[in-house]
Amino acid sequence: MTYVGSAALPGGSASRAPVRDFLGQTLAIAEVEVRKLARDPTELATRAVQPVLWLLVFGQVFGRLHAIPTGDLSYIEFMAPGVLAQGVLFSAIFYGIAVIWERDLGIVHKLLVSPAARATLVLGKALAAGIRGLPQAVIIFVLAAFLHVRLDFRPASLLGVAALVMLGSATFSTFSLVVACVVKTRERFMGIGQVLTMPLFFASNAIYPLELMPGWLRVIARVNPLTYLVDGLRATMISHGSSRFGLGLDYLVGLGLLTVLVLVAARLYPGLAR
Amino acid sequence: MASQAPADSTSPPGVPSPAIETDHLRREYGEVVAVNDLALTVDRGVIFGLLGPNGAGKSTTIKMLTTLLPPTRGSARVAGFDVVRDAAEVRRRIGYVPQLLSADGGLTGRENLTLSAKLYRLPRPERGERIRAALAFMELEAAADHLVRTYSGGMIRRLELAQAMLHQPQVLFLDEPTIGLDPVARLAVWERLRDLRGRGGITILLTTHDMEEADELCDHLVIMHQGVVALAGRPADLKARVGEGATLDDVFIRSVGGAIGEGGSYRDVRRLRSTARRLG
Repeated sequence: MTYVGSAALPGGSASRAPVRDFLGQTLAIAEVEVRKLARDPTELATRAVQPVLWLLVFGQVFGRLHAIPTGDLSYIEFMAPGVLAQGVLFSAIFYGIAVIWERDLGIVHKLLVSPAARATLVLGKALAAGIRGLPQAVIIFVLAAFLHVRLDFRPASLLGVAALVMLGSATFSTFSLVVACVVKTRERFMGIGQVLTMPLFFASNAIYPLELMPGWLRVIARVNPLTYLVDGLRATMISHGSSRFGLGLDYLVGLGLLTVLVLVAARLYPGLAR
Repeated sequence: MASQAPADSTSPPGVPSPAIETDHLRREYGEVVAVNDLALTVDRGVIFGLLGPNGAGKSTTIKMLTTLLPPTRGSARVAGFDVVRDAAEVRRRIGYVPQLLSADGGLTGRENLTLSAKLYRLPRPERGERIRAALAFMELEAAADHLVRTYSGGMIRRLELAQAMLHQPQVLFLDEPTIGLDPVARLAVWERLRDLRGRGGITILLTTHDMEEADELCDHLVIMHQGVVALAGRPADLKARVGEGATLDDVFIRSVGGAIGEGGSYRDVRRLRSTARRLG
């Protein structure tokens, strides 16, 4: 190997195509995460267990009670998008544990010494988390079809569901990354993860409409990003579903929150190596 | 804006000298002063050893020089650039092998190298050849497409070295490069480092607790104790100062004192043992 020193290399100078480099580095981070997932898909199967239980057990039982007013939708149709959003949340919220693991291994240190912008490292992980959410959507779609949920199979709707699932996964995983950057240890992170998931889920419109909630809970649900993910999925996934807030607002909340979280995470991420 | 350090008369155009220079460098963690008023000058093309007991400030120094940790006070220049003001320029010109095991076990050796190549923006047409050459140099060609979690400790360290030098840095930082390795694997790493020095164009700063390693590899040593430089010089000169037949162990003990050390945090010890366990 001929050693020439970095002064002669493109890598040793300022970038002439910063946008292309930013995208290339983001995709490089995302690609390795997806490769690792493809090699060990057991995680996908275990992730599917909880949503399947919610649909098969909780959905079937509460559907028979007819206790929850869901308008034109059967209860199982009402809750299927909520269960998908819940699956996205529960998987993504523990994503930060992998980052703490990478910190303990030294991988974070090596990434941070590279010239890649901090935002590319964070965004790459968010993108990978988004892709990780998609197989879960497929499993829930198949199960929902089996349970006679009237799904919308038009290509545009399927793309919309994929986009929302990716957006939700990326948003909640980046939130998880922010928490990981603050707490830094697995023990503390697990405690916080457990504390966050259930309140986010129950203070949302995932398994009952906002109208049934007491006033204080409705206020919390209106500022809960999961509510907007469920609302978007309900309008896109179910053939005669509709959005309460408007799809535009649903996307806007997701994209806005993701942008803020990526900026915060990019600022905090270097602290993991200190 | 980045500012290039002036080259001296013996330097090739555009190449700064010295490779590393610190001025009153200090880092505090709350009440604790980990590094205090550190003044280092590392010439280009040498292997420079940073020695010291646990908690002496070696890892903190490396973290500041690799831009991972901002100094509390003072300044440092690496490859001619300030580590705070021109951190991005420094990162483009350095390679780093942390003490921790940093190769990704879920990827193959080639995939680990490809990730590094992309993060360092190596041009696509050059990537394949660079990776092939790095694998050949580190004698990892046969295992290139195996998952890293199946590698031995020595193979992982050689892969990490390959990753760190893929973009042909001017300065290479190695934090305890042979910790936890068996003697054969350790010798293989030493050979690669000597090869690198022989080819010129690179400065290597390494930390180690292994006095034999320091004696074998380093052109110049600094022994740190309680955040300051306790002793500095060429290994042969340092040994001669202690007396005929003295080893670097003798030099080390004399410079930091013979008492049982109480430096190093719980986290440092856990990290050290964890790395040794994974590599061993």
